[in-house]
Amino acid sequence: MATLSNIPAYEHDVLVIGGGAAGLRAAIAVAESHPSLSVAVLSKVYPMRSHTVSAEGGAAAVIKSNDSLDDHIDDTISGSDWLADQDAVEEFVQEATPELIQLERWGCPWSREPDGTVAVRPFGGMKIQRTWFAADKVGFHLLHTLFQTSLKLPSIKRYDEWFATTLLTDDGRCQGAAALELRSGTLAAIAAKAVILCTGGAGRVFPFTTNGAIKTGDGMALAYRAGVPLKDMEFVQYHPTGLPGTGILITEAARGEGGIMVNKDGYRYLQDYGMGPPDPWPRLRGMELGPRDKLSQAFVHEMRKGRTLKGPYGDFVHLDIRHLGEEKIDRKIPFVRELARRYVGIDPVRDPIPVRPVAHYMMGGVHTDKHGATTLPGLYAAGEAACVSINGANRLGSNSLTECLVFGTRAGKGAAAFALEHKRVNRPAAEARTRDEAQRLTRDLIQNDNGNERIATLRTEMTTAMEMGAGIYRDEGQLRRTCDELAALRERFSRIRLDDRTRGFNTELTGALELDFMLDVASTVAYSALARTESRGSHQRTDHPKRDDARFLKHTLAFRTGGEPRIEYLDVVITRWPAGERVYGR
Amino acid sequence: MADQTITLEIFRYRAEQDSEPTFQRYDVPYRDDWVVLDAINYIKDRLDGTLSYRWSCRMGVCGSCGMMINGVPKLSCAAFLKEYFPNPIRVEPLANFPVERDLVIVMDDFIEKLGHVKPWLIREDMPPLEQGEFRQTPAQLDVYKQFSMCINCMLCYAACPVYGLEPAFLGPAAIALAQRYNLDSRDQGNAQRQAVLTSEDGIWDCTLVGECTVVCPAHVDPAGAIQRAKVTATVNWYRDVLLPWGKR
Amino acid sequence: MSRPYYRPMPGTWWLTNRAYFLFMVRELTSVFIAIYLVLLLILINRIAAGPDAYRAYVTLLASPGMLAFHLIALAGALYHSITWFSLAPRGLAVRLGERRVPDAIIAGSNFAAWVVATLVIAWIVL
Repeated sequence: MATLSNIPAYEHDVLVIGGGAAGLRAAIAVAESHPSLSVAVLSKVYPMRSHTVSAEGGAAAVIKSNDSLDDHIDDTISGSDWLADQDAVEEFVQEATPELIQLERWGCPWSREPDGTVAVRPFGGMKIQRTWFAADKVGFHLLHTLFQTSLKLPSIKRYDEWFATTLLTDDGRCQGAAALELRSGTLAAIAAKAVILCTGGAGRVFPFTTNGAIKTGDGMALAYRAGVPLKDMEFVQYHPTGLPGTGILITEAARGEGGIMVNKDGYRYLQDYGMGPPDPWPRLRGMELGPRDKLSQAFVHEMRKGRTLKGPYGDFVHLDIRHLGEEKIDRKIPFVRELARRYVGIDPVRDPIPVRPVAHYMMGGVHTDKHGATTLPGLYAAGEAACVSINGANRLGSNSLTECLVFGTRAGKGAAAFALEHKRVNRPAAEARTRDEAQRLTRDLIQNDNGNERIATLRTEMTTAMEMGAGIYRDEGQLRRTCDELAALRERFSRIRLDDRTRGFNTELTGALELDFMLDVASTVAYSALARTESRGSHQRTDHPKRDDARFLKHTLAFRTGGEPRIEYLDVVITRWPAGERVYGR
Repeated sequence: MADQTITLEIFRYRAEQDSEPTFQRYDVPYRDDWVVLDAINYIKDRLDGTLSYRWSCRMGVCGSCGMMINGVPKLSCAAFLKEYFPNPIRVEPLANFPVERDLVIVMDDFIEKLGHVKPWLIREDMPPLEQGEFRQTPAQLDVYKQFSMCINCMLCYAACPVYGLEPAFLGPAAIALAQRYNLDSRDQGNAQRQAVLTSEDGIWDCTLVGECTVVCPAHVDPAGAIQRAKVTATVNWYRDVLLPWGKR
Repeated sequence: MSRPYYRPMPGTWWLTNRAYFLFMVRELTSVFIAIYLVLLLILINRIAAGPDAYRAYVTLLASPGMLAFHLIALAGALYHSITWFSLAPRGLAVRLGERRVPDAIIAGSNFAAWVVATLVIAWIVL
């Protein structure tokens, strides 16, 4: 078929954008259930660089005889401060165990009990141990297992280091994406009958984050610009134990194995915030194994009381694992020791680790149903990029990797079924749209001469505004200032100037595209937070400190307009767990 | 303390405008907790947006940021400026790979070789998931665990003179990955991987220089993986020749 | 456009760092050992050729040049043996029950066996 001048075009049945746990799992699900379908995995980095790789602690699923599906569901729903959709959580928990066993069958090196069965460890907010682990590099092992397994399936075609810049839609359906091949700098049309967004979260809109460089909310922005709402964007999880300055993650598993958190007086301060008593310890769902939102909020209170320690990168507290002993540390959490020694120069066997809350995970994302389908036919989403929602207002640690697998599979199967029923894609329209997009990139970015703004300057100002207004505690005044700042940055973005005007492997261009996406995503966070005048889970308003189920037991939907996002609300699905009080400690 | 700087000499190559690479010098602020990656990010953000390089996690687990730093293959997120200060630091793309641009190498060959060793669990039977996990004791996990830690950073290929002289060599990481599966008690694919490992340009190209293990940031010991593969291959060869009726 | 740049390894690659240099020295010891082997074969041939031929060859072997060569070859053989035994644990992963036998023991037992064999041969010859 003839293509328009110099727009290369490719066609697949299913296009997966993002090559992390969710993306690879989705592609494998398509390839195994329908080997005749051609499935493409398109990622701006080689798949083994995906941010899944940095997850440390574990993945949750019911496996031990003292556990039950209802217990996992209950922990997840109360952990979510009742914003999770309960029908989705029920199905998620049911499918969690088979997914993790499937990973084991594919070779994932889960840590074991002496009798050879899979081992579990305690994790935050869970009343029974159900977190499967692989030392403290679970994400690394999970990702490499999935990537290596994907290599045996011939129907999976990979587009490594291709950057999707816009979705292609026609006839009310998503029909692929325009993507930049980094190597050549050429924009191509990738037509597909179904598209799955698995591009992860957007921690990089904040200045201190556990997230790597690539977490810029690309897929969220792609869906948003195609008319799909972003859901619950105001709910941003701060992980309580990141290293000051770099934000590097120190896994919750350090606390699961018995680590404690103390302020400058050596006092286990969490007992003052409803998570006590301090003993017995370790104890599930109490003290340092409370939910992440409450732990991060406790830090802010301690800081305001002047009880935190001060360092070159701001305030911090101590995570003390000395009492675990060297043998246990080297066996169960060796990576924690390595990271502490390398990046803060302390050996946690001898000294406590300086930690503070850092932005870590977006509970919000592309609005999907419990099968991964968005409101745009043919477009699916899974993983951190999506919001089903099973995490509601606060995610429990170790639910995220399992979520990638369960919903990656669901989205893959849904997309495959859609592709089988919708055989035609409009190639000429795809190519024409891609040609327009190529012109936009050249005109508005590469050759843009109407200004002098640097990417890094705008990016730093964005992250500063987000930290000020959309941090752990928010109020109307700060949020309004942040919204205005983001609008100003959006305007200044049109006057951006690139140093790099070449085509081949232009990472300044991709940096600009990522900033473009981040400004969209950041504004949905800020405006959604402004509209939610209550406090729930990780969204805390000092001017509205109480939870308000009557008005806000609903999901926030942010739709793109010409100016500020349009906010609507969607009821939470309640089945067997009426909204109650979150109780930890006792 | 406030205004100390350090110089980075960085390899530059852009196909569209350069026929030959050059080196460009940049002065960046010196901070004692900065790594080379921080300095490079500073250059790209503030001084020269045209510098291209790969990075992501900045904590030594994604394997993106391998570079030659003063001639030694390292992860730029794990090489601290204070190890070099006040001397200038020379930064080049990983050795033994073609250079796409600046500090970005072409890694197609590496990716192909990873796939070549069949790096997935091979089994004749796959019981239904309802039967639960395969049993594997901590001791059985320990047998292959080290070889499963590879982050695919390719520092070992940059350190291996055999790969530099003979690009067809399978290479340390690919062989270590093959061993990871060969030694996994759940795997039954040794025979299938043997052909690849003992082929021309397989394990026998290795002359045990040992630098791959020295530079590996994940303590995989690929040199060990290769030598053990040689022992296994030799034993298998003798067994197949002397006891052909025992072939499975 | 994509036009990768190739950086071929120079012939002097093994002079660029210490590890590569020591590796080449280790490999080059094989040359000396091969020459020694030839001299040994000639010795055997000379023994078969009769007492005069044997005595003439032994006189040749006692010359300063030959002594120097043999000293260098001995040093090379020692270096080769030491590096070889040190690397033995790389190829041998011996497990006793749950634990892996430490590298030091595998290397150590190789060295010990070498010393014992040397002593036995010395006793026989001397």
